[in-house]
Amino acid sequence: MFWSVTLSLLQGFGKSIELFALTLLFALPLGLIVSFGSMSRFPPLRVLTNLVVWVIRGTPLMLQLLIIFYGPGLLWGGSLLPRFTAALIGFVINYACYFSEIFRGGIQSIPRGQYEAGQVLGMTKTQIFFRVTLLQVIKRVIPPLGNETITLIKDTALARVISVYEIIWNGQAYIKSAGIIWPLFYTAVFYLVFNGLLTILFGYLERRLDYFK
Amino acid sequence: MPILEVRDITKSFGRTEVLRGISFSLERGQALAIIGSSGSGKTTLLRCLNFLETPDTGTISVNGETLFDAASHAALSDAEIRRSRLHFGMVFQSFNLFPQYTALENVMLARELLAKGQPDYKTNKKRIHEEIEAEARALLDKMSLSNRAGNYPHQLSGGQQQRVAIARALALQPDILCFDEPTSALDPELTGEVLAVIRELADQHMTMVIVTHEMAFAHDVADRVIFMDEGVIAEEGAPDEVFSDQAGERIRLFLSRFNQNGGS
Repeated sequence: MFWSVTLSLLQGFGKSIELFALTLLFALPLGLIVSFGSMSRFPPLRVLTNLVVWVIRGTPLMLQLLIIFYGPGLLWGGSLLPRFTAALIGFVINYACYFSEIFRGGIQSIPRGQYEAGQVLGMTKTQIFFRVTLLQVIKRVIPPLGNETITLIKDTALARVISVYEIIWNGQAYIKSAGIIWPLFYTAVFYLVFNGLLTILFGYLERRLDYFK
Repeated sequence: MPILEVRDITKSFGRTEVLRGISFSLERGQALAIIGSSGSGKTTLLRCLNFLETPDTGTISVNGETLFDAASHAALSDAEIRRSRLHFGMVFQSFNLFPQYTALENVMLARELLAKGQPDYKTNKKRIHEEIEAEARALLDKMSLSNRAGNYPHQLSGGQQQRVAIARALALQPDILCFDEPTSALDPELTGEVLAVIRELADQHMTMVIVTHEMAFAHDVADRVIFMDEGVIAEEGAPDEVFSDQAGERIRLFLSRFNQNGGS
């Protein structure tokens, strides 16, 4: 029994990790773009971006998933998005908004003098971004990104509201099918181990950038 | 012909007129000290020279070439502004070294990036890199920092950081080197080493514009002194004239207040 439960949970956790990895892959670059929007010197773009970030951060992710999955069908009819795709879209949008605020904080915390030093040395804006500020921004955003990443793997459990068969779903299924609840509690071990690894990874990244202040 | 000629520069931030018509010129090899109380516009003037601020009116010429003319500034492209900037070097009050690079890398970075834009860069990559590194090491040596080339900024004292910043500015071989209160962020015991370096540059006839609160230093090292007050040049001349008892009332008032407050 223990092994068959473990196997089923592992399978579910595979789905969780897939959602986790794809969300990071798309939400990190999208978050950077959104952060540029929220810092834009063009007021309409800035206001619009901040409005979107407000709505996304101001409402539950669970609701957003339900809306993305059921909303288009209710509005226009037709077939629904595949469940996993809908979940992925919801997670990417949600996390891009959180990441954008982290990036904005990181970029704005770089002293003006760094840009000006680059300017008076004849560097282009692109050179200043990539050769002067980027690494300093990365150093500053790694601790908060580590935090968000740990939250993300736990948040993937929300995908079960649109029946994505992730690990909690698989654990819960044993309550009905076998009348046992321990598989559900057992899922905690998987999250813990995974987050242990993430903590080690982020600790390593932080140490790698410790050589400058 | 003067190396630097500034005509009728004005600059306002909102309703505050910070510069109200500044004109002066500077001969090659001269050191110009700009003194005056906080808020008199000294730093803004320096920032205008380095195109960190755009003057509202006026012109800036170097070697007879007009680099900036407020009347036609909109037409300047980013590339033109960058090219114009290279006539000036800038040393900031707060050093602004790049923290993720060593002292040597700080001095080399801008040169490397410029070299990359040259057509022969790919074929002579190694030789160009070696030349730039050799020159950067020579500059650090000149700043008595050869044993610090591999250190990161946070491992250096303020005085050492400022000397790296001076080397970094010199690496691009500017016509005119600008200093914005280069010792104001330093502990008193560290100002001497930075002033000594600037003094040495003056002895080698580097053309310099130095905004400073070090009156004794300005008197001693500068060939000419400008006293700014409320956005205009209130006094201008050789140090002995500007610091003499015959100078105008405003500068005498400034200097007496300055001495009372324990300035040097």
